[in-house]
Amino acid sequence: MYVGRRTFLKSSGGVTLYALVTAAGWLDAEEALAQAWNKAAFDTHSLGDTLHALGGGEPTQSKDIEFVQTPEIAENGAVVPVGVTSRIPKTESIAILIEKNPNMLAAVFDIPTGTEPVISTRVKMAQTSNIYALVKAEGRYYVAAKEVKVTLGGCGG
Amino acid sequence: MGEPMKIRATLTGDATEVKVLMNHEMETGQRKDAQGQTIPAWFIQTIGVTWTGKTVLSAQWGPAVAKNPFLSFKFKGGAKGDTLAVRWVDSRGDQRTDEAIIA
Amino acid sequence: MNRRTLLAALVGIVIAPLAGAQASTSDEIAKYRAALQDGNPAELWEARGEDLWKQKRGPRAASLERCDLGSGPGVVKGAYAELPRYFADADRVMDLETRLVWCMVQLQGYTEAEAKKNPFGSGSDKRSDLEALTAYIAVESRGVKMNVPLAHSKELEAYRIGEKLFYYRGGTHDFACATCHGEDGKRIRLQELPNLMTAEGAQKAYTTWPAYRVSQGELRTFEWRLHDCFRQQRFPELVFGSDAAIALTMYLARNANGGVFDAPAIKR
Repeated sequence: MYVGRRTFLKSSGGVTLYALVTAAGWLDAEEALAQAWNKAAFDTHSLGDTLHALGGGEPTQSKDIEFVQTPEIAENGAVVPVGVTSRIPKTESIAILIEKNPNMLAAVFDIPTGTEPVISTRVKMAQTSNIYALVKAEGRYYVAAKEVKVTLGGCGG
Repeated sequence: MGEPMKIRATLTGDATEVKVLMNHEMETGQRKDAQGQTIPAWFIQTIGVTWTGKTVLSAQWGPAVAKNPFLSFKFKGGAKGDTLAVRWVDSRGDQRTDEAIIA
Repeated sequence: MNRRTLLAALVGIVIAPLAGAQASTSDEIAKYRAALQDGNPAELWEARGEDLWKQKRGPRAASLERCDLGSGPGVVKGAYAELPRYFADADRVMDLETRLVWCMVQLQGYTEAEAKKNPFGSGSDKRSDLEALTAYIAVESRGVKMNVPLAHSKELEAYRIGEKLFYYRGGTHDFACATCHGEDGKRIRLQELPNLMTAEGAQKAYTTWPAYRVSQGELRTFEWRLHDCFRQQRFPELVFGSDAAIALTMYLARNANGGVFDAPAIKR
């Protein structure tokens, strides 16, 4: 659970989602709060600002966060496969950030107990950039980075 | 109601591997159309995956997730024949839930 | 050592690491392509195509399930691997897309203009039914060896015209298809160009269309690929479903005979 999550519900987006989701009866009230969308976090331009929006502090560099199936060169920035594996015990969440994108935070995954701290997805990259994998475990943040080069394909991309 | 997604849930040992392909434009709000008008942002914001009432993954996404998003993860548990449900809600408030049987 | 030998040696030293860099770049790009294979958005088009094939639509409220793609009415399995081919009822050679248009007109009552209206889709507002149907028909031929016929006189004629078009130089850059696709080891920026004049190159190229084109964010068909080639060559527009498009497809598809069809693929 993120610290300060409930405060984000005060944004109008959060209230709408909460109403929608609980009206649908899909989630109970407790979990509905967990489904609010953290608008502030998706509007940041630095690792520090993102962490602040997520309610965290300075991350520690970690060799226990691995990029898997994440190529060094992406033929097209529209679809870049990113896989993150965390070997940090009690991993609660994995976030993917792209340094040179208009907004850094691409995605945050909550890992409940019983789910493996391994995530694979695809992101858009505006240009060659560092990708950060941010792991939260027992209230503390850890980070690893990988540079992915983005090229334009042959004729006219 | 959004477009249907493709879900594959396979039991390997004591864990279930889930692969989802969602049908969504994931528009960033940065692009302009042929007339020079900005195409408004429109993207999946929250995701929840449940199995027998338990949430096995939840996520918050921004528009930087690729169009027609792909997601893959694994959780301990699941049995052949069990139902898995994937649900997303997007920035327009539209939503979609699809189910799959664990094979 | 004289000056010439020294110069040659120095050039050799510079070229070697560059060649090495190129090799590792293509290895990395191969890894990118491999990582994309799992979870191909083309499946979303395949599902929609199957629905469109089975739905009763058009002025005649009929489905396409009686459409003969060359193996008999309604037979979809393996049909793509034998196209283009001659169809007696239309008295012409047709590729899959022109055959679909034919069936939409004959069975469902659409006009040809309506059926051809939107061949290349764009986003969720402007979806192309033809692209979805092509994806569905294609996946039903996955694993089948290409087996395009060359028996009827019109099939032979189409092949010969296609071959002429392949070598025809024109446009502002005096390009022919063969200019880019007629030799081994050619590339544009980091894009390796298949040599379509070898069996291996022809097979690898043709058997991977239709494909989800990541740079387009759409499922694209072989007609689209040819249309886009013409654009890049600075040729006049290749009209969708034209005899020229069918002839060129006939030439390239027939040259891929023996290759195992493996589409819809996923490409950059």
